[in-house]
Amino acid sequence: MAEELRRHTICALVDNEPGVLARVIGLFSGRGYNIESLTVAQVDARRGLSRINIVTTGTELVIEQIKSLLAKLVPVHRVQDLTVEGPAVERELALVKVTGDRQRLVDALRIADFMDVRLVDRTPQSFVFEVTGTSDDLDAFINLVEPVEVSRAGVVAIGRGDTVLGPRS
Amino acid sequence: MSAVTHPAPLADVQPLTGSQVVVAALKDQGVEVIFGYPGGAVLPLYDALFQQTDIRHILVRHEQAAVHAAEGYARSTGRVGVVLVTSGPGATNTVTGLTDALMDSVPIVCLTGQVPTHMIGNDAFQEADTVGITRPCTKHNYLVKDPADLARVLHEAFHVARSGRPGPVVVDLPKNILMGKAPYLAKAAFAPRSYNPAREPDPRRVEEAVELIARAERPIFYVGGGVINAGTEACVRLTELVRATGHPITLTLMGLGAYPASDPQFIGMLGMHGTYEANMAMYDCDVMVCIGARFDDRVTGRLDGFSPRSRKIHVDIDPSSINKNIKVDVPIVGDAERTLTAMLAAWQRQSNRIDRARTAGWWRQIDEWRKKDSLRFRQNGNGIKPQYAIQRLHALTRERDVYVTTDVGQHQMWAAQHFPFDKPLRWLTSGGLGTMGYGFPAALGVQIAHPEATVLCISGDASWVMNMQEMSTAMQYRLPVKTFILNNSYMGMVRQWQDFFHGNRHAESYMDSLPDFVKLAEAFGAVGLRATKPDEVDGVIEAALATRKPVIADIVVDRAENVYPMIPGGAAHNEIKLSPEEDDGPVKGEEGGMVLV
Repeated sequence: MAEELRRHTICALVDNEPGVLARVIGLFSGRGYNIESLTVAQVDARRGLSRINIVTTGTELVIEQIKSLLAKLVPVHRVQDLTVEGPAVERELALVKVTGDRQRLVDALRIADFMDVRLVDRTPQSFVFEVTGTSDDLDAFINLVEPVEVSRAGVVAIGRGDTVLGPRS
Repeated sequence: MSAVTHPAPLADVQPLTGSQVVVAALKDQGVEVIFGYPGGAVLPLYDALFQQTDIRHILVRHEQAAVHAAEGYARSTGRVGVVLVTSGPGATNTVTGLTDALMDSVPIVCLTGQVPTHMIGNDAFQEADTVGITRPCTKHNYLVKDPADLARVLHEAFHVARSGRPGPVVVDLPKNILMGKAPYLAKAAFAPRSYNPAREPDPRRVEEAVELIARAERPIFYVGGGVINAGTEACVRLTELVRATGHPITLTLMGLGAYPASDPQFIGMLGMHGTYEANMAMYDCDVMVCIGARFDDRVTGRLDGFSPRSRKIHVDIDPSSINKNIKVDVPIVGDAERTLTAMLAAWQRQSNRIDRARTAGWWRQIDEWRKKDSLRFRQNGNGIKPQYAIQRLHALTRERDVYVTTDVGQHQMWAAQHFPFDKPLRWLTSGGLGTMGYGFPAALGVQIAHPEATVLCISGDASWVMNMQEMSTAMQYRLPVKTFILNNSYMGMVRQWQDFFHGNRHAESYMDSLPDFVKLAEAFGAVGLRATKPDEVDGVIEAALATRKPVIADIVVDRAENVYPMIPGGAAHNEIKLSPEEDDGPVKGEEGGMVLV
């Protein structure tokens, strides 16, 4: 039995209704599964559909369980495991605040320039940067600038090529 | 929709109230009986029920019992059981019953009252976050906040409850939704938006499974309640397939009755208190055919010692039940009846026949195991052996149309071992959740569904008192349920485990100050009987069966008796313990098993 832990990015297309997020989270918390990141937002206003992106870690059996339990939820239309079902683009956004004297801010700005990170707010004592990229890109920037505060959006992901996660017709 | 114009139904001209919509949807779904208890938030719905005669309401004495009664109704008929309770405590009292139904895959629709929508979240009188509380213990739940959704939600609730792996669904109904005007949507016009579990099995997998079954030298069918849930036709197909192959079959606690117990190919129940031959065959088999069972820990024992040399086929309607505890080789997602039909067709297409030569050695081995007579018990002393009482109960009711419910504990296991069933839907027990207090209200639900049948509740002294208030319900509706309390003045299974794992220290498992069950029955207006010696058992059973009233038969049994065989927690099937030959005290458990329940 494969006991090796693996990180998976799973997407679900769900009805945009109250309680749907609680059902998904309850499915994880009730069974002791791990959530590394979770994002949710409406993606299809006409059909009233939201998309949930979940990054989780588990053995092959646990990941299989998570997917079939998700698919079983009544408001869930489709489930896709981007880690298994082919290459995908993953992006995350973070807002990163750095404070301190002029030298510290200039150092941070230099790193930001070098890493294509945008400055979105500034005061004489503080900068807020907006960084977009893979989770690893975000980690790298955050480690370099030693921020006082970080706000991360969590992973959003989409399959490469012409495969589409849409509602079943 | 056809283009022909029909006269507009009443609802189109004159909108109904929310309560009338609920009643109309229930009728449309074919509901005949509701088990419930009124309260402030559901008064409009009770008023609507009062003004019609198609749906009968059964007033229970506690909301937990309403769910168990609905489970009894559902599991003895194959239909959806319906519950109606009020907000707050009415709803919270259903939680145990809902969890029981979720674990044992019983289709239930539970309607709960709720405070008006504008008061939700205000800590109003009798307000509880019912959808929040019941989310993990239902298959799905709804809070109806718009009258326009009401009819659709109710139809969807029935659809979800009965399709796929069945389960309980809660519909929370705020009082203003019940009182306001609401449009009706007929069942015929309803189409589910998202939940449509696949029922047809993958034909290639079926073919692969049947080839494995035909080539097996040491095969076993391991079948659970899913086949019963799939319908009596599925049980007929199962019997045909098993007989066509000539292979042995074992059933889970929930599966008893899916295959006739009197058939020689049936080798008994498996699991913690299953027969020696069933558990040894599970361990030693080379091909395991699991249909509608879920590799529960009470069945598998220690996972790394579970059937180490077998190729495993698993048929289940629920993909999340496959590869959950045990990795299988041939997973088949599908309805049991359709899959069994497809397997039978594939068996015939492949021109398979019973290959006696191939499995002769296996059957010889099984017969060897059978000789252990693992369900044996010794009549020592003057006391009534609980197993004997159950055997007599079976012997004296076998000519009748009989249904059996149980509570949870030693009596439940003895009933499963010593009361054989040849037909499905006759055996109702709380398997997954292990709910003490299930048996009596479930029996009332069975009796409502089958007024002429003999309904037996085999219970224990500790379990029965957990829902004994329901004797009032039995009296009110003249439900002649016969309760047989195997009274050992203990929580017997707790006591057995304390002997086993905790040095005979009986912490709180002695049932002090039990009521006099005969007088208790009489206080309700029912019939109370008692047997204290083996030769009194038949007389008590016959007297109980002869009356049209509810009966409590207090069968005072040997207090020291333990349930055997037993696979101790944390052990594998081949480590099964048989009843000790002499009176050298109970078998002792090992440290590692203590942590398990």
